[in-house]
Amino acid sequence: MTEILIYIFSTLGALFALLAAIGLVRMPDTYLRISVNTKAATLGVGLLLGSAAIFFSDFSVTTRVQAIVIFIFLTAPVGAHLLGRTSYFLGNSLWSGSVIDDLKGKYNKATHELKSEDEIKKPVDKEARKKEEKNDQTS
Amino acid sequence: MTLNDYLYYFILPVLSVAEILVLIRFLKGPSIIDRVIALDLMITIGIGIISIYSIINNQPTFLDIAMILALIAFLSTVAFSYYLQKRNKDD
Repeated sequence: MTEILIYIFSTLGALFALLAAIGLVRMPDTYLRISVNTKAATLGVGLLLGSAAIFFSDFSVTTRVQAIVIFIFLTAPVGAHLLGRTSYFLGNSLWSGSVIDDLKGKYNKATHELKSEDEIKKPVDKEARKKEEKNDQTS
Repeated sequence: MTLNDYLYYFILPVLSVAEILVLIRFLKGPSIIDRVIALDLMITIGIGIISIYSIINNQPTFLDIAMILALIAFLSTVAFSYYLQKRNKDD
């Protein structure tokens, strides 16, 4: 019974890790690559570590595996947020197929401060935004 | 086919292929952030490889190294992004 569980967990984990790697190669944009790194890879590694925990089924090993999994689950979103923020400041452009950039014009590039929509002096109304999008698509 | 054979001849090659694909992105990566992401993912997949390897060799001690690698991955990600932001700010 435990062997079957190990088979299932390790297979799923390896497949998710492979999917994450394929996604990292094929995704067109830095931000999409970050999402691949956070979601698929975290789940894959969690499943692989789970198979190790089932195999040993020992209290010390299970605790260790839990610590690693919780640590990865906690740190993956933090790291992804930091990387996304940095790449936005470095000026990496979004993929041309991305529909909307919510942060456009809200970051002060010099001081790295984020402004809310009310603080911006010229609020962009929806029609202007639509026109901009049309221009982007045509150009 | 025993569990060891299955892990050795199917799971580890799949993980190795994943690692090589990430290495391609690491070498290609148009921006430096892509390289940092690839490094992070390489270490994350490495943790998976270590856990499978510990099952094959029946050595639960290897999991300690996996924990240290997870720590290093997070630290390197944070440090890289922090200093890249700072460099950008000073310019």
